[in-house]
Amino acid sequence: MGEFFRVAWLVTCKDFRVESRSREMLYTTTFFATSCVLVFSFAFVRGGQPIAGAEAGIVWVALAYSGQLALGRVFERELHHDALRGLLLSPVDRAAIFVGKLLGIVFLMVIVEMVVVFFVSLFFSATLFQYVPEFLALMITGTVGFASVGALFAAMLARTQSRAVLLPVLLYPVTVPVLIAGVSGTVALAQADPNLDLAHFWIALIVVFDVVFLTLSLWTFEPLMTE
Amino acid sequence: MQPKPGSVPFDFDQLTVSDVSRFYGRRRALSHVSMALRAGEIVGLLGPNGAGKSTLLSLLATLLVPSAGCVRYGDRTAREAGAALRAQVGFLSHELQLYPELTARENLEFSAGLYGLVDASRRIGNALEQAKLTNRADEPILSFSRGMRQRLALERVLLHTPRLVLLDEPFTGLDESSSRSLTDRLHELRDRCQLVLLATHDLDTVDGVVDRAVMLREGHVMQLDDSGGSLRERYREGLSRGRRI
Repeated sequence: MGEFFRVAWLVTCKDFRVESRSREMLYTTTFFATSCVLVFSFAFVRGGQPIAGAEAGIVWVALAYSGQLALGRVFERELHHDALRGLLLSPVDRAAIFVGKLLGIVFLMVIVEMVVVFFVSLFFSATLFQYVPEFLALMITGTVGFASVGALFAAMLARTQSRAVLLPVLLYPVTVPVLIAGVSGTVALAQADPNLDLAHFWIALIVVFDVVFLTLSLWTFEPLMTE
Repeated sequence: MQPKPGSVPFDFDQLTVSDVSRFYGRRRALSHVSMALRAGEIVGLLGPNGAGKSTLLSLLATLLVPSAGCVRYGDRTAREAGAALRAQVGFLSHELQLYPELTARENLEFSAGLYGLVDASRRIGNALEQAKLTNRADEPILSFSRGMRQRLALERVLLHTPRLVLLDEPFTGLDESSSRSLTDRLHELRDRCQLVLLATHDLDTVDGVVDRAVMLREGHVMQLDDSGGSLRERYREGLSRGRRI
């Protein structure tokens, strides 16, 4: 197990290092997510008063679309110079490669989330941090669920010509439960009269989703990567 | 190569390809290919573009699965040997499998990490020296020429001292001195009893380097005349009059 996580961490660190040099994904996703929040703030804030519940939808929409941008690039980068084959040829558990890539995406999305939450709190006067543990649990489990499905589809489509078209077509229908649960949980926490029980229910639903799709991803990654 | 914790080291001195075919959809890239490689010999894999050379190399590297037939590494197949076999394979493909944003040293360190090499810094130092990149080790390889990247990619492939070395067009982009160094390196591999298969169009360079040659055309192994003459002459003869084996 230690070897598994050593390899996963090695892949994540390599992705960080590559990203820290190019900053391609970080800039693209952050800029896109911030633009989303800004545009929505013009639509949903009237006379200084935001529409109730809008902030929850905006956080998750910004995350989903910016996450998709990152997912599209994460395996495509490995295709340049055929680096993916180098990875697959190494004598490591291929599921560890998947976990390494997944951790990289999750970390990137967490950075984007911090920026998005900051701007949403600012523009919408949203009280997202009334219940910090619940809110963090929602965001982190939601991110892991979205990213694990996305990373699996991104890997599956890595060698196809039309991956840019197919990724959103496959990704959104499958991740709709996570997005709905994320929005509903955030509304339950940020509304004037917070409903903690309802928030816990949505968090539990996302955790179930995460367990199912993480297991499925780890199980199917190796056969998917074998040509 | 340091065996990974928990894995059983695996070694072999012969590779046998028996009646292997490989299809991409309905297109047949390889058809009933049979051949053998033995430790301590360098075999040239020749053939025109689209002959199936890269497909055969990918199959031997375990990156592809044969549609029919069998590849045996010693007495085991790729499925039986698994990751322990991959630890014994070094494959330099036409694309160099390097990360351009990383430095030469970082590329080697990442590879050493994947292969779990314990004495990584010594090996990386030697590899940089062999690639003549010691003084540029900490520069991103984005700024390197094709020849410099080719030398680095070759050393990355040999970093874990694989038993089976598969090289696809290894002389691409190399200047005369680098080509000579690569030739010397190939002789070293032979002396160390490694199995070397190199696919190339550079017939004049490899003439005298390879111990024997196998020729592919349209996915079939063709008979290559052993009666003398340069490799280029034998190749041309094989293309025009060769028989399928």
